Amino acid sequence: MKNLVILGAGTGGTTVARRLRRRLPAEWTVSVVDPEPLHLYQPGLLFLPFGARDEAKLQRPREKTLRGVRWIRQAVTRVDPDSKQVVLAGGERLGYDLLVVASGARTVPEETAGMLGPEWGRSVHEFYTLEGALALRGALAGFERGRLVVDVVEMPIKCPVAPLEFLFLADAFFRRRGLREQVDLVLATPLDGAFTRPTCNRVLGHLLESKGIRVETEFATQEVDADARRLRSYDDRELAYDLLVAVPVHSGAAFVEASGLGNELAFVPTDPATLAVKGHDDIFAIGDATDLPSSKAGSVAHFQAEVLQENLLRAVRGRSLAPGFDGHANCFIETGFGKAILIDFNYETEPLPGRFPLPVLGPMRLLEESRLNHLGKLAFRWIYWNALLPGRPLPVTTRMSMLGKKRPAIGHDATEKGREHAHP
Amino acid sequence: MPTREYRGHLVSVNDEGFMTDSGQWTREVAEAIAEEVGLTPLGERHWQVIDFCRQDAAREGQPPGLRRISKLSGVAMKELYELFPKGPGKLAARLAGLPKPKGCI
Repeated sequence: MKNLVILGAGTGGTTVARRLRRRLPAEWTVSVVDPEPLHLYQPGLLFLPFGARDEAKLQRPREKTLRGVRWIRQAVTRVDPDSKQVVLAGGERLGYDLLVVASGARTVPEETAGMLGPEWGRSVHEFYTLEGALALRGALAGFERGRLVVDVVEMPIKCPVAPLEFLFLADAFFRRRGLREQVDLVLATPLDGAFTRPTCNRVLGHLLESKGIRVETEFATQEVDADARRLRSYDDRELAYDLLVAVPVHSGAAFVEASGLGNELAFVPTDPATLAVKGHDDIFAIGDATDLPSSKAGSVAHFQAEVLQENLLRAVRGRSLAPGFDGHANCFIETGFGKAILIDFNYETEPLPGRFPLPVLGPMRLLEESRLNHLGKLAFRWIYWNALLPGRPLPVTTRMSMLGKKRPAIGHDATEKGREHAHP
Repeated sequence: MPTREYRGHLVSVNDEGFMTDSGQWTREVAEAIAEEVGLTPLGERHWQVIDFCRQDAAREGQPPGLRRISKLSGVAMKELYELFPKGPGKLAARLAGLPKPKGCI
């Protein structure tokens, strides 16, 4: 018997497990290790702070999402690549022939001085966990005047547009309640603009400006003074807030660090095209767990899953790996008032205007606000549970397509420069 | 690709002033770039960071990000901001003759 072991049952781990179970030769067993009994639909967290009450629909039992797959409900202590074993929290060892690290990213608010403390969950919040999003829902319901600061502490983060979406939705939320004049909305970011890619940065920058949302750029948070309600940056700037919505530092899983498989933030150094873990020919990585410069987002994990499926099957047959992943990401950006922007890009090509997935016909518009894009975002939840996780085909190509996209008339900054955009 | 002369050394740079061939780098070039950005004189701690960046980039094939520098160079984040004001990651890479560290999207 041969064993494919997958560490983590989030978006990437689940879809790879279900795809491979159907495709591996009969002597292979697929096992997934994850201690958590429920699968969380993370994109849904964004709407909870603004009064959405559908939290029950954001979680499904893993018995269902992992149907047909052997599920080991335990935490991982470490991986021992030399003996090809995974050490489980209970002390047992699980041997593998092929291993997939799909353990995602987690927020580590303890990395920032002063963030955790008596004000955590009161005037200092986050929306990357279910508890955090629900606590923030309570805080926003009672917030009637003052300054709300969204602070991105450090890159990379899950879904790099989420902090912007949060502010667009906050703008709409306070307008609807007739409170917008009394609420000051500020984004503090370590980047030198609202987003990481130039063309998209311009569109989103204009949108922020038109909604009266101020951006404090190159703000590298040193500490939160929760008593005085102030952020302090490493270059000694101060930013006062009444309500802080932090996007804490993100890190890979603790076992990644304990196994020596991670970089300085415990993300796994991964080949950007084949998804093999650097230095190991029997370990692969997918999704937020990797150190790749692609977005940490569900759509990316989906596109990676198609490439990883192919390469795991090649590894089983002893064939060379296919360099199939191009960094493709496809994201809906909620802009408030029932509208959204759709962006589609990869390692080399930044988000461009046009139609998606077909030229002229669309029906979606790229890099432009529309109601249909918003409906697309809402429909995505159904697609996530019923097609993406089980590994059924989606009507989007794995590699980014230039069909329907309009290249800018002058200059090359839409392609090459996108990758150079940097944080401090 | 523009070329600049730093103390008699001709080096290729991109339009943001980052050197495009780290093989053209010398300590004199670094000192001249430091002068250009108003960061003189370079002290022992500046050199500790610059040397770390060059060694790390040679090992890893890409310039280290800010967190990596603060974790591994022996110079903590606060001091990095004092030594290389505004954007220490970008500035240290530029002085070390490396490309601008890639952003994470």
